[in-house]
Amino acid sequence: MSEHRDEPGAEDDGRAQHAAEDDGRAQHALAGRRRFLQQAAVVAGASAAAGWAALAPEHWPLSLQDATGERGKPAPRVMSLPDGGYGLAAVAGAPDLGIARGQGADVARMLRAAVDALGGMGRFVERGDVVLIKPNVAFERAAPLGATTHPDVLTALIHLCREAGAGEVRVADNPIESPEACFARTGLRSAAVDAGARVFLPQPADFELLHTPGAALIERWPFFARPFVGVTKVIGVAPVKDHNLCAASMTTKNWYGLLGGRRNQFHQDIHGIIADLALMLKPSFVVLDGTRVLFRSGPTGGSLSDVKPGHTIVASTDSVAADAFGWNELLERADQPLPGYFGLCEQRKLGTTDYRALNVKEVQVG
Amino acid sequence: MSAEPRPVSIGRDGKVRLRMLEPNRDGTPWYARTLRITSVRVITQASFFALFVFLLWVTWFSRMGGYPVSLFLELDPLVGLATALSTHTVYRWLWRGLFVLIPTLLLGRVFCNWMCPYGAMHQFFGWLFNIRSNRDNLDKNRYRPIYQLKYYILAVMLVMAAFGSLQIGLLDPISLLVRTFTTTIMPASDLAVSSAGQALAERGMNPDLTPLLSAPGAPDGRLFDGAWFVGLMLIGLVGMNLVIPRFFCRVLCPLGALLGALSRFSLWRIDRDVTKCTDCDLCLKGCEGASDPQAALRKSECFVCFNCIDDCPEDALAFKLSPLPVADRIVGSVKAGTATLFGRKLKSRVVATEIAAPDVPRRRWLFAAVGGVLAYPFLRLSKAVNDRGFDEKAIRPPGTVAEPEFLERCIKCDQCINVCPTNVLQPSTLDQGGLEGLWTPVMDFSVGFCQLNCTLCSEVCPTGAIQKISLAKKLGLERHQEDGPVRVGTAFFNRGRCLPWSMETPCVVCEEVCPVTPKAIGTYDETITRWDGEKVTLNRPYMRPELCIGCGICEHECPVLDDAAVYVTAIGETRDDERTLLLKTKKNV
Repeated sequence: MSEHRDEPGAEDDGRAQHAAEDDGRAQHALAGRRRFLQQAAVVAGASAAAGWAALAPEHWPLSLQDATGERGKPAPRVMSLPDGGYGLAAVAGAPDLGIARGQGADVARMLRAAVDALGGMGRFVERGDVVLIKPNVAFERAAPLGATTHPDVLTALIHLCREAGAGEVRVADNPIESPEACFARTGLRSAAVDAGARVFLPQPADFELLHTPGAALIERWPFFARPFVGVTKVIGVAPVKDHNLCAASMTTKNWYGLLGGRRNQFHQDIHGIIADLALMLKPSFVVLDGTRVLFRSGPTGGSLSDVKPGHTIVASTDSVAADAFGWNELLERADQPLPGYFGLCEQRKLGTTDYRALNVKEVQVG
Repeated sequence: MSAEPRPVSIGRDGKVRLRMLEPNRDGTPWYARTLRITSVRVITQASFFALFVFLLWVTWFSRMGGYPVSLFLELDPLVGLATALSTHTVYRWLWRGLFVLIPTLLLGRVFCNWMCPYGAMHQFFGWLFNIRSNRDNLDKNRYRPIYQLKYYILAVMLVMAAFGSLQIGLLDPISLLVRTFTTTIMPASDLAVSSAGQALAERGMNPDLTPLLSAPGAPDGRLFDGAWFVGLMLIGLVGMNLVIPRFFCRVLCPLGALLGALSRFSLWRIDRDVTKCTDCDLCLKGCEGASDPQAALRKSECFVCFNCIDDCPEDALAFKLSPLPVADRIVGSVKAGTATLFGRKLKSRVVATEIAAPDVPRRRWLFAAVGGVLAYPFLRLSKAVNDRGFDEKAIRPPGTVAEPEFLERCIKCDQCINVCPTNVLQPSTLDQGGLEGLWTPVMDFSVGFCQLNCTLCSEVCPTGAIQKISLAKKLGLERHQEDGPVRVGTAFFNRGRCLPWSMETPCVVCEEVCPVTPKAIGTYDETITRWDGEKVTLNRPYMRPELCIGCGICEHECPVLDDAAVYVTAIGETRDDERTLLLKTKKNV
């Protein structure tokens, strides 16, 4: 308080001291009052804020009130795929099923021939498209064992997409076994990366609930969502495989690898699930990799004696038709009834099993 | 009061001056202040720490490719010595420990303050959170008798190792740090990175965060049994630096004790010039090892950090090649202040300059050794680590040697657990192996499964507890056909919980995923009329035990999650004839 004191002379030293004391006391009282008011304001403000947050009705701003406990639950983020999926409008006169056959022919040429039979990649992929390719990478098996999509087919497919001007090509799958190991052992990782595609391995945060209206079993199911961000076209490419429960695993069952969550419940109604998968994802087109056929011990195989050559690659806008072709002519089980999911798909108008009734174009390569 | 010079100033002549580039008051250039040996030391420590983290980062399926991923464990001479005691052999790369032993015999415990990543971590956090006054620092850095403890720990562990029970891994700093990174730090950082990725994705961004993840492609994020305890140890041991600087290094570290015992032979040491030293004790300010540089240097405690040389205002300390013992060359009376050394007057009143050996009386070494002798039977009599009474869930990874040999080799570093792509390998809890088996690798099929074509755990094991095996050996192919595949256990069905067996519901996920050819799971197919009248075809699974290798993918994929209807136990493992199940198993011939 010394700055308030006048320069004290010797004679009025005592008076000045008194004055200074009074002054100090007054200042002290003032400061005390001010501090009291400040503290009172802080206490009142904090109580009012806490009271508001706790007691204000839920729809009021800044309210935290949760009388039922419902508000505190996490709201699941639910996504949906575009209406009509990634399918394209039918082109009048264009084939729906392209079949390329070739004994010992180059896989890239066969794939090109099959896609050309549908009208060429230009029918599906436009300049700047972001294309997602879904191969079957389910198991950690070397390519010749036939349990997964052949890496040469994937390479050729990526090249076709890039030729057609795709801005970005992505490859994604959520395998049963360790994703890294599966992508490496099958040769699909290096095939994709070398051809200039980006590989998406599933991370825990990559899944979101997908809403599929009309699905019987998986109307809401965790879906491998991250690779789909910004995607404009989707192509499935699957091998031809025997399956222990649903008899055959081809392009329609291939979409299984886009789901997460408790997939191990799917076997309780595998046909219903595959029909739901066909409903869930409508691709731009699919490729059935019939270069070799895992005709028994599926879907894992593991022995070369379970694999026979198929010499065929199919491209189709109708995955059910492609699979029916595979059942009859690649698995060579035309004498047996089609597995249950074919009928379910057909009932829901998700494709036709009578592939011969479609506009089919078959070419011989090499 | 003179103003503190600013980091950047503009002189009257308009020139910009950086304080860090100004010459010293004595005229020496700026880099004499900055480029000191202690700065070199800090850079070296940071580099070794970065190398350590890098090697753990590449310890992953898609990143391995010739890197010596277990280098630090192999450089650790305690690992080499203790396994040599327990197995009478030196496995694969463990001779690399010589790279640390030899410098120790020349320079002292340089490893502790130049190379050890765990030491660097303790020093860093001790420095970061040091709020003590200088006077307190001097006090905290004086030698204390409790620092003997590490020598007793070392003695107990080496004696136990000689009996065949390797327990150094509990406290060996490299094993401890690898384990800590594997089970706590890296999974926690992955959690943070994937949350950040999710947050970015919600804002429409889609960056590739793979390089930041320690385990990209690990299916559901990795989890580790008992991570809480390893994490608690990390926090506790780092936190102790606030109480006693370098607590772990000074008090507990068995590797430090080994190097300390050896450094009595080192040729170089810190030497105090008693004709310059004024006994101001400022050398204690940053003394990492608490090695008493202000008095008789305790060679076995000195980390060779060189802080004392930096801090000495009298330039009395230097790192010298076999300095002369001066005590008996002093002439005159120290008390009376008339003492001289080679004609120069003594300033210091403390004439002793060296204590070479650790401060452990011989009888106490004996006590510790007896402790080790007793600890061996105490641990080994636990039921779990023996062939009788082993735990059904002590399922060891493929390539593991028989349990007694395993216990001679495993240092619980958990590198195998780090590299495992499916997260099936877990640090054992007390249940599966008692204290002796704590943190050793066991497979938990509720978390993952053993990937058929994978032998990574056997690749990274530094001590051969999991011997390096080829894929052909694991699968029983080529020249291993006669032996058949490596089996780690056998799967069993619990029909009471199995959907087709007891709940009229189709399933057989187990059969689908069984990776062996032909499949070890078959089915009895039957069409039944369900309770509601519907006809259902059930494929009821059964085991073909001579085909099962115990990989556990059936248990992992079984929809009966909490207590799977098909489950693997350790019986039937091929690593020990005492633990087989069948009289005849299928060979691949």
